[in-house]
Amino acid sequence: MLVDEGSGAHERPSAQALDPFAGIDLQALEKSLLRPRSLFNAAASGLVSLMTCLALVPLFSVIWMLLSHGGKRLSLTLFTELPPAPLEAGGGFGNAILGTLLIVGLATLIALPFGVLTAVFLSQAEHDNRLAQGVRFAAKVLTGFPSILAGVFAYGSVVLLTGGFSAVAGAIALSILMLPTITLTSEDAIRMVPAKMHEAAVGMGATPTQTVWTVLLPTAVPGIATGAMLAIARAAGETAPLLFTALFSNYWLASHGHIDVMRPTASLAVLIYNFAGVPFDNQLELAWAAALVLVLLVLTTNIIGQVLSSRRLEH
Amino acid sequence: MQQASEPVSLASAPIQQRSDMVIDCNIQELHYGNFHAVRDTHIPIQKRTITAFIGPSGCGKSTVLRCLNRMNDLVRGFRFKGYVRYRGKDIYDRSIDPVAVRRYIGMVFQQPNPFAMTIYNNVAFGLRLNGYAGNRAERVEDALRRAALWDEVKDKLNKSGLSLSGGQQQRLCIARAIATEPEVLLMDEPCSALDPIATRKIEELMLELKERYTIAIVTHNLQQAARVADKTGFLYVDTAKGGRTGYLVEFGDTQEIFRSPREKATQQYISGEFS
Amino acid sequence: MASPLRVSTVPGGALEDALSTGLARPPSMRQRLVNKTFLTVCQSFAWLMALLVAAIVLQIAVQATPAVKQYGVDFLTGTTWDANTKQYSILPEIWGTLYSSVLALMLGSAFGIAAAVFLAEGFLAQAIFVTLRALKLQYKPLWQRLPDRAEHALRNLIELLAAIPSVVYGLWGIFVVIPAIRPLCNQLNEDFGWISFFATPLSGPGMLPAVIVLSIMLLPTITALSRDALTSVPSKLRMAAYGMGATRWETILAVSVPTAARGIFGAIVIAFGRALGETMALAMLVGNANRISVSLFSPANTLAALLANSFPEAGPKEVGVLMYAALVLLAITMLVNVFGSLLLTRASRHLEGAR
Repeated sequence: MLVDEGSGAHERPSAQALDPFAGIDLQALEKSLLRPRSLFNAAASGLVSLMTCLALVPLFSVIWMLLSHGGKRLSLTLFTELPPAPLEAGGGFGNAILGTLLIVGLATLIALPFGVLTAVFLSQAEHDNRLAQGVRFAAKVLTGFPSILAGVFAYGSVVLLTGGFSAVAGAIALSILMLPTITLTSEDAIRMVPAKMHEAAVGMGATPTQTVWTVLLPTAVPGIATGAMLAIARAAGETAPLLFTALFSNYWLASHGHIDVMRPTASLAVLIYNFAGVPFDNQLELAWAAALVLVLLVLTTNIIGQVLSSRRLEH
Repeated sequence: MQQASEPVSLASAPIQQRSDMVIDCNIQELHYGNFHAVRDTHIPIQKRTITAFIGPSGCGKSTVLRCLNRMNDLVRGFRFKGYVRYRGKDIYDRSIDPVAVRRYIGMVFQQPNPFAMTIYNNVAFGLRLNGYAGNRAERVEDALRRAALWDEVKDKLNKSGLSLSGGQQQRLCIARAIATEPEVLLMDEPCSALDPIATRKIEELMLELKERYTIAIVTHNLQQAARVADKTGFLYVDTAKGGRTGYLVEFGDTQEIFRSPREKATQQYISGEFS
Repeated sequence: MASPLRVSTVPGGALEDALSTGLARPPSMRQRLVNKTFLTVCQSFAWLMALLVAAIVLQIAVQATPAVKQYGVDFLTGTTWDANTKQYSILPEIWGTLYSSVLALMLGSAFGIAAAVFLAEGFLAQAIFVTLRALKLQYKPLWQRLPDRAEHALRNLIELLAAIPSVVYGLWGIFVVIPAIRPLCNQLNEDFGWISFFATPLSGPGMLPAVIVLSIMLLPTITALSRDALTSVPSKLRMAAYGMGATRWETILAVSVPTAARGIFGAIVIAFGRALGETMALAMLVGNANRISVSLFSPANTLAALLANSFPEAGPKEVGVLMYAALVLLAITMLVNVFGSLLLTRASRHLEGAR
């Protein structure tokens, strides 16, 4: 609302009355914590920061416990000795380490080809292909699947069929948990191969299979490997599926020169579970040491996966 | 509305010309789903010539080119009425395997797209694909020489194809395409992603390749068409009925098209670009 | 039109008649065969994958059927589990599963969403930048990328929480969490025992330690998914609020969070699904007592923990009953998971109009 200065009015009303903005308190522009809005803002930021810090406390606590309690027992005997009986001193969990490697290895052997081939199908299928949509939905459903139910399924199909607990049953249970991750990340990796490279192969008259094997898969390997590493890391830490499929064993895997995969097999995760609830100090210490080894194993695999994925981005 | 000009009449062409025709492309209707992309485009492509398709963007030049080696099959909803006869055989016939077609009719794309492999393996890709049992290294060298790239890469055949510059990558793609000596080479705006010097090299290359191969090229660069093409087809967009349907306006010797075009649309387009 | 998946089985010989150009050959018999076979193999594996889910559900259902017929709905409503008298029922476990998951979800969501907001708003990067600026170091090459690196490191740290196996969390819970909270809990029980939540003392394992550890395990999932939801809020919406003079938190609460609400809710539902299926930490911390109690300090049991503890030594009759329990767990988790992923899909579609 402007004052028309040339109006010729004789009486000049006070500037205050005609200028609606004259009453602005310019002091209010200054920063001040005393105002409720600013106070709330600062308090909320502080609260959220505090909560985030608190969220990290368990991480550091776990790492501290692993290093202090588990680190105490770190030595070569862990890898060379068998689990001790209650009230026995010393011992190690060499068989459990080997068992974890064996079971996870078998599971990868099953889940990796299965997942990659399914991913090839998904990436090459038409947009409206019903089977592809169904498979993707199935993979998403399996992603959040409770790990113990994978064990239940393996129990019902393998253990009951073969009449006993075995590393193979455990591997099958773990492969069910690894499958969705490997399938979905592999499909992503294949789709990320530049379309123009795919076009070039098709333009040269390559059959779909040749396009997949000579161009798509080789280029997608880093992405597939990342997904596989993540799945392996997760599987290595799983306990529930192994509890009644691979069970546990206090003996070495190999006897008389060959490895028997159809026997109950020790694993780091089950060892920790078994020893965690006993009142014997020796075994408790071993549980912590096993936890440290397991976490190191999982972290290393995770890190390898992350490194592979950042290498891929450089392309 | 613009009438499609009379295409070069095949019936009245001298017999000599007819047997020299490698590809006889007649697109009556072409749709992508509901989109009517091209109509009434009849183009003869003759042996050992360079045929250029020119026209404003969106007039379907690339679409027409991609019909010649069935690359359009990859697009969802592609429908086609007409024929594309390669040496007399309609490659859209049900009995024809598109994968086989693409072995005889090669393509170089707008964006250089070497594989993530060594330079050697890029060029040898087609040789392996076609089960070539002879000396691969020899053919690779031959192709790279013809693509005018040999001197630049002969010491680094084991380096990745992606490590080359844009112009070199495109020449690599050309070497890859000609290693198996396809009869026809389709080139979709091969120089649009390149700088002027690389462009000139590739144009020289095209004129050399003409000795052995038949080339069809899409280009938005009129000067380029004038420089390299023997025959030129001018496509335009029909916006009647609210769509954007491409069609062939005029086809003939490049010199005629540029100096004395018969259709008004052609004249307007060419003078518009040159002025 | 023909898709790349279908290759004509007629040899390209139709073309060969007129041709003998260069080195090109149509695909050989072998190449065609290999192509067909490989594509069929891939399709078969895809079928296998789709059928796997069905197979798992069917197998558990079939093995549970005898027990379902025998115990019927009483299985779900009774409270005794006695192998000697063959009286089996899982209401305490159903209660324990739901109670522990809901509590853990509340705790985990509070901290998880707070961490997600912290990450999405970039508070850490900003704080570091302000500090650097005070020290006049903010543009020096050595320090320039510190704020972004710190944010990245923080995200990785939170994801590290997810990498720790649940059995290790169980071990940690036994030796750190329970001793740490026991004095306080017993104090609460003494002073405020009349409140039903504090009605029993904490003698060791119980609902609260399990809930605390479970919430820590849920946190990375909630944070990651919520952070994604928050960062996909188009910045033009936030700019609109800032432009009107809103404070940072007014913008967060009035614009960012409501817009990201569906994604955050989806994250919570997915985390809920994970909580329901979580086994080890609960098996080691919840006390494995077949009791229904609202008290936070009372031992309890969950479906997953029941299965973990009973399966290894179960005789054939008991296996059938455990299969029934597994079926119940399967049904609950599937429902929640499907619901959650539908929510997330709808959430991302909902945002498309705002872009």
